[in-house]
Amino acid sequence: MTANDADPVLELEQLRVAFGREEVVRGVSLAIAPGECVAIVGESGSGKSVTARSLLGMAGEGARVEAQTLRLAGRDLRGATEREWRGVRGGQAGLVLQDALVALDPLRPIGREIGDALRIHDRMPRAERRARTLEVLADVGMPDPATAVRRRSGELSGGLRQRALIASALALDPPLLIADEPTTALDATVQARVLELLAEVRGRGTAVLLISHDLAVVARLADRVLVMREGRVIEQGTVDEVLRAPREPYTRALIAAVPAEVPRGAPLSRPADSDANATAAQTPTAADRAASREGSPGSTPLLALDGVVKTFPVRGGGRFTAVDDVSLDVHRGETVGLVGESGSGKTTLARLALALTAPDRGAVTLDGEPWSALDEHARRPRRPRIGAIYQDALSSFDPLWSVGRILADAAGGAPGKGAGTGHPSRAATARRVAELLDRVGLAGAVAGREPLTLSGGQRQRVAIARALAAAPELLVCDEPVSALDVTIQAQILDLLDELQRERGLAMLFISHDLGVVRHMADRVAVMQAGRIVESGPAERVFAAPGHPYTARLVADAPRLVH
Amino acid sequence: MSELELRQTTVDAEAAHDRESSRRGPRVGTVVAGAFVILLLTAAAFPALVATQDPNAISATEAFQPPSAAHWFGTDESGRDVYSRVVAGTGTSLLIGVTATAIGLALGLLLGVLASFGGRVVDFGVGRLVEVLFAFPGLLLALLVIVVAGPGPVTATIAVGLSTAPGYARIIRGQLVSIRSSQYVEAARVLGRPPRRILTAHLLPNALLPLVVLATLGIGQAIVWAAALSYLGLGAQPPAAEWGAMLSAGRTYLQTAWWMTVFPGLAIVGTTIATTVLGRALARRERGAR
Repeated sequence: MTANDADPVLELEQLRVAFGREEVVRGVSLAIAPGECVAIVGESGSGKSVTARSLLGMAGEGARVEAQTLRLAGRDLRGATEREWRGVRGGQAGLVLQDALVALDPLRPIGREIGDALRIHDRMPRAERRARTLEVLADVGMPDPATAVRRRSGELSGGLRQRALIASALALDPPLLIADEPTTALDATVQARVLELLAEVRGRGTAVLLISHDLAVVARLADRVLVMREGRVIEQGTVDEVLRAPREPYTRALIAAVPAEVPRGAPLSRPADSDANATAAQTPTAADRAASREGSPGSTPLLALDGVVKTFPVRGGGRFTAVDDVSLDVHRGETVGLVGESGSGKTTLARLALALTAPDRGAVTLDGEPWSALDEHARRPRRPRIGAIYQDALSSFDPLWSVGRILADAAGGAPGKGAGTGHPSRAATARRVAELLDRVGLAGAVAGREPLTLSGGQRQRVAIARALAAAPELLVCDEPVSALDVTIQAQILDLLDELQRERGLAMLFISHDLGVVRHMADRVAVMQAGRIVESGPAERVFAAPGHPYTARLVADAPRLVH
Repeated sequence: MSELELRQTTVDAEAAHDRESSRRGPRVGTVVAGAFVILLLTAAAFPALVATQDPNAISATEAFQPPSAAHWFGTDESGRDVYSRVVAGTGTSLLIGVTATAIGLALGLLLGVLASFGGRVVDFGVGRLVEVLFAFPGLLLALLVIVVAGPGPVTATIAVGLSTAPGYARIIRGQLVSIRSSQYVEAARVLGRPPRRILTAHLLPNALLPLVVLATLGIGQAIVWAAALSYLGLGAQPPAAEWGAMLSAGRTYLQTAWWMTVFPGLAIVGTTIATTVLGRALARRERGAR
């Protein structure tokens, strides 16, 4: 490269990006030196991704990009043509996106994906290209690169796929790597490995621009942090300065919203910053919590799984055991957290609890009565006793239905509401819908909206309202906040917590995020390869893990303070 | 890398374009097509309002008149006004197109629901049946039906409907299978909704909505097929004013009286284009809504 080592790889001054009249980036300046990692944090819509994409000339169709300085590896890129930008992408700056499954062509072997970058930019001869592909795959820690080059992205696990994507971004040895939410879609353990890999890349002298909403990830990798909000950098400094002694209230709210750092029962969202949810829950004392938890070990559990086994046929014969001899109780008013990596059988366990799938062996009982053993016809009238909340709320709504119709439908089916009279009147239904919306902190006008037009947090609130409409005793929450920004996540967790206390709900709370589970659960069960390897009171399990797998999960979970 | 990004940018651009055009309101083509369809519907419902003369009034002295102020589309071999006959044929053609499509949809729906709910054996049987039907060119299948049932407008309609059914059946089956495993159907089950309710509240509306779009496109095709059958003398019979039959009658005089075939032909082309344009506009709207 022409640039001297002391010169910054990237110099950016007063970047402004506008779509039509709407300015989404309003004067962002930053510089990154070789071997340095600078992170931009902020919620979705803060302009952090657009900033990153502008550095590659990919701000989007119709974007107006202006900057006083935009210099990458010593080259002025203001007013660069599309052709020049193509040289920059991959050559001067590599990009790693959140989901490698989407970012890599599913029909092409990864060796080809990486080789292409070399062929297009360097016109490298075939043999050399192959050697470089293997080298770069080895660099990113891909096991057995010689076989890996022939595999397609769909055949790789999430972590390996992300490694392949990083390899393709690094193939041309660019001085700058832009990582946009590189680990958001990954499990804690895999995430830890990918972060280690990025740290290695940085150690080799590559500058890294990290875009993330996850402060814990940032704390682990970055040297300096920029906090963005509404297109502006509102605070910046070293990681220690920003995370330990934040100056801006917004930054403080972001940090406070990280659930791992907040004790059980204390609210995560600051009333000042939670516009949608103004009701601040007061912190209950330990006595309150104990009193609200009627379920003592002696009483009948609300939901009980007893020696449950579930297998699925595998293509090419044999069966895969998704849930292997699992026993788990959930008592009234109690939250049981279920943690584990993806593929460990958490979701299958949720489906068993919801009786959406029948166990091969063992039994699920509800309030001491048969649940999994009932036939669907007999179970249907009792189904409203268990509600479900999913990770992707949108796909759990009929795309043709408005919010009002979704809630009216759910409320209309609740037993005991307008008992004996058949259908409740139109006015009564409308009142009930308004009540439900109000309870989850949404305006009544939302009833007329289509779920598609709502934000992620609002959608999850509607999903919670729907679950509440049937007046359930147990909520099964499968990764309910995994798709949300940390501040929105905090609001949703607070809402669930509040509702649980208010209605004495029992909850089976499934998440791969240890911090979230730690904040929400009274008891936790740790799942690995279909088995529960450890369970017990949340504080005890996380503070003193009894099983090596739990210990590894706890060690790999990103934390703000190390 | 850059390839992917380009793809992403294109998608963004398309989305932006869609947003842009929806802000500007419907496109010009959609408006023109909509106006034409309204004209067609008026002609079909109240032919007397739109026609200038009695479509069946014979006048030997006025045979083979070229288009003029008195006879906009000229006259045929019996001196009948071609414009009024085209107008009179609108109802027949549209009725055949819509009825045939409805028959195809209904049959497709029946087969699709059977295949997706009848269990493995039924699914297999319906699947093979649909494949066999697919193997015949559509028009050939229609001809086969007419050979068995005899010519006439009613059989032609049924024949065209039958030959479009396999395509609809396959799509409906696919839709139902994917919707049945969707999370919103699961959410309805969790709320304790019975299967019948899930079928009528979620499955059918969501499976049929994309088909409405497809059916609009299908109406144009059905009209062309029905006209083709009439042209072959297997559909509506002369002297009935039907576009395909008029084409057929005019072909003998193509050298001397081009207007006898060109205007009914234009009516068929115009109708097909208009319904297709509207169908596509509907499809765009639906895509935008998702």
